[in-house]
Amino acid sequence: MRFTFTEDQRHFQASVRTFLEKECTPAGVRALWTTDTGRSSERWAKLAEIGLLGILVPERFGGLGMDEADLVLLLEETGRAALPEPVIETAAVGVPLLTALAGQRECAGLTEATGGARELAGGWLTRVVSGGAVLTVGHGANPFVADAHVADLLLLAHDDEVHAVVRERATWERQPCADPSRRLFRVTWSPESGTRVAHGEEGRRLLAAAFDRGALAAAAQLLGIGQALIDMAVRYACQREQFGKPIGSFQAVKHMLANVAVRLEFARPVVYRAAFSVARDAATRAVDVSHAKVAASEAAVQAAKVALQVHGAVGYTWEMDLHIWMKRAWALETAWGTGAWHRARVAATLDESGDG
Amino acid sequence: MDLTFTPEEDAFRQEARAWLEAHVPKTPLKSMDTAEGFEQHRRWERTLNQGRWAMVTWPIEYGGRGASLIEWLIFEEEYYRAGSPGRVNQNGIFLLGPTLMEFGTEAQKARYLPCMACGDEIWAQGWSEPNAGSDMAAIRATARIEGDHYVLNGQKTWCSRAAFGDWLFGIFRTDPRSERHRGLTFILVPLRGEGVKVRPVAQLDGETGFAEVFFDEVRVPRENRLGEEHQGWKVAMATAGFERGLMLRSPARFQATARRLLALYHAQGGAPDPCLRDAVARAWMDAEAYSLNTYWTASHLIAGGTIGAEASLNKIFWSEMDLRMHETALALLGTRAELLPHAPGVGGAGSWLDGFLFSLAGPIYAGTNEIQRNVIAERLLKLPRD
Repeated sequence: MRFTFTEDQRHFQASVRTFLEKECTPAGVRALWTTDTGRSSERWAKLAEIGLLGILVPERFGGLGMDEADLVLLLEETGRAALPEPVIETAAVGVPLLTALAGQRECAGLTEATGGARELAGGWLTRVVSGGAVLTVGHGANPFVADAHVADLLLLAHDDEVHAVVRERATWERQPCADPSRRLFRVTWSPESGTRVAHGEEGRRLLAAAFDRGALAAAAQLLGIGQALIDMAVRYACQREQFGKPIGSFQAVKHMLANVAVRLEFARPVVYRAAFSVARDAATRAVDVSHAKVAASEAAVQAAKVALQVHGAVGYTWEMDLHIWMKRAWALETAWGTGAWHRARVAATLDESGDG
Repeated sequence: MDLTFTPEEDAFRQEARAWLEAHVPKTPLKSMDTAEGFEQHRRWERTLNQGRWAMVTWPIEYGGRGASLIEWLIFEEEYYRAGSPGRVNQNGIFLLGPTLMEFGTEAQKARYLPCMACGDEIWAQGWSEPNAGSDMAAIRATARIEGDHYVLNGQKTWCSRAAFGDWLFGIFRTDPRSERHRGLTFILVPLRGEGVKVRPVAQLDGETGFAEVFFDEVRVPRENRLGEEHQGWKVAMATAGFERGLMLRSPARFQATARRLLALYHAQGGAPDPCLRDAVARAWMDAEAYSLNTYWTASHLIAGGTIGAEASLNKIFWSEMDLRMHETALALLGTRAELLPHAPGVGGAGSWLDGFLFSLAGPIYAGTNEIQRNVIAERLLKLPRD
């Protein structure tokens, strides 16, 4: 039993944090709100350069061949920076799904899907590593597909089937969201035998794994978002003076913030354990992931509420950066299984457990 | 990161499990807050010590096994899984023990730790006074220096285990001109000595879990001082850290409560409403989160890290979780919840009421949760002092 990260993992985290502090500022996030795609292809290339996109890609396809325990801290950082690019869909969910398919010698769907170029999953993975491909994943848990408009390859669920669909074969309709960074779409496409890459038992297994990876990644980002929110609120509470002193000196304010600190502190190891369970494909993977999603969502949503209250009216303005993180917290709370859904999955596991 | 146990850790678990199966009393002991139950619990401490299970993390020379913190957590899991009795000497082994390891002289460690491990000396706490509760620095009990003795006067209150215990540790004002947290000294006092009067106080459950202790010209050798003279606050804060932090409330205790709650839920064929089902699931998740957090902290400490004010995060979490779990149990029991364990019609309600009453004390003892929130805000979040 050794429940710590290695020095290398912490260094990687620190370098991603430094990178994002420079490359993903609140002003930069805002600037993309009104652009066509809402995404930065320059930043995507740099994310590839620092290795973030290829963490889970096996070394034989040019990736780093690491696992979720390596990725989880980095996803936390992307949440802290409110990074808008589809790291969850590409690096955390799409990559492992393609990796599972790359193990197969024959994969008719992918050859067909790429227009007969006989490019197998491995080719896509190599492109992801270099920043040359954006993936997205359409899973039944999410009625809309994130970042379909910039995806080169869409991995889409259809009952127990997984389909690999190139962008030319899909159309999409944008669904405006509360979070101006978020890009959700209703995707229209037609499932064909040519696009089908898995079905039946295998399809269900891949989709279940993809779902748990999405929920884990969202939970990791939520940790970072919660931390960013409490950091902002604490900074503000130290600066803002009323009644002749900083509002952070009042117990009513202190105790709200302390409650958030408790929630975050106890959500963190739950998320890290879920990362380990996903990496090892543990028997408890599903319930561990659900617990992580519940704990991280609740901590982040509470952080959002408290941070807003601490800021008061100024926090309620569009100009104040607070809502960048607040709205992301709300969005991720419902993505990849809502909090209520995951709580119900934990309860259902306990119902089956007899005496636990 | 590796969340699986090593073969050595598994072997340690098996050894603990086998010993506990053979030795845990088959019939529950009486409450440790009764004279008879107290002595039963003292005998259990002796039995534990004979098996060298009294305090597994302590060095071998003091009756321990030199076990790692991870092994301690494993032992605690087995301890609660086996339905073992509560630890009547928890003030000693979990609070004073670690404080002695940090601040005690070799002579003090040799003098006190073995007697603590075997249950010959059961310890009470002497922190609060009538006018020094949350504001602990307001204490007035004095220790006058007279040659090689302290002469103690004043009153301590809410002293857990003092009704039947043997020794008390506490802080006393040794510098009469001092104020607040300066000029205090951490002193070890025999409870049955001349001039010490113990007045048991009945708690919410009617039993005497704590007491008031009055000191009237009580002479204690100066060698009973732990740490530097006038530096007692620092020593007491370390003790309080152990109390709030890792040691006093091991996760196994709450996981056992969560398991019992789940069993109660299943025995009733589920919950009458979905909110209760949700509450049961939350109880299970909270206990799991607390366990994970403790393994996380233990791994951090093993890797050479330290914890300070983080202990306050812990204290809030476990005390509020414990209360919620018991509230949920009582809600599941419905109209039977108010029955005492010996009521003829109590059915399987068992000890939930007792547990509920005790859990109500959690947010109060070891520093109220409001004080903990202040500590978190000021020392972890670095918000300005009031």
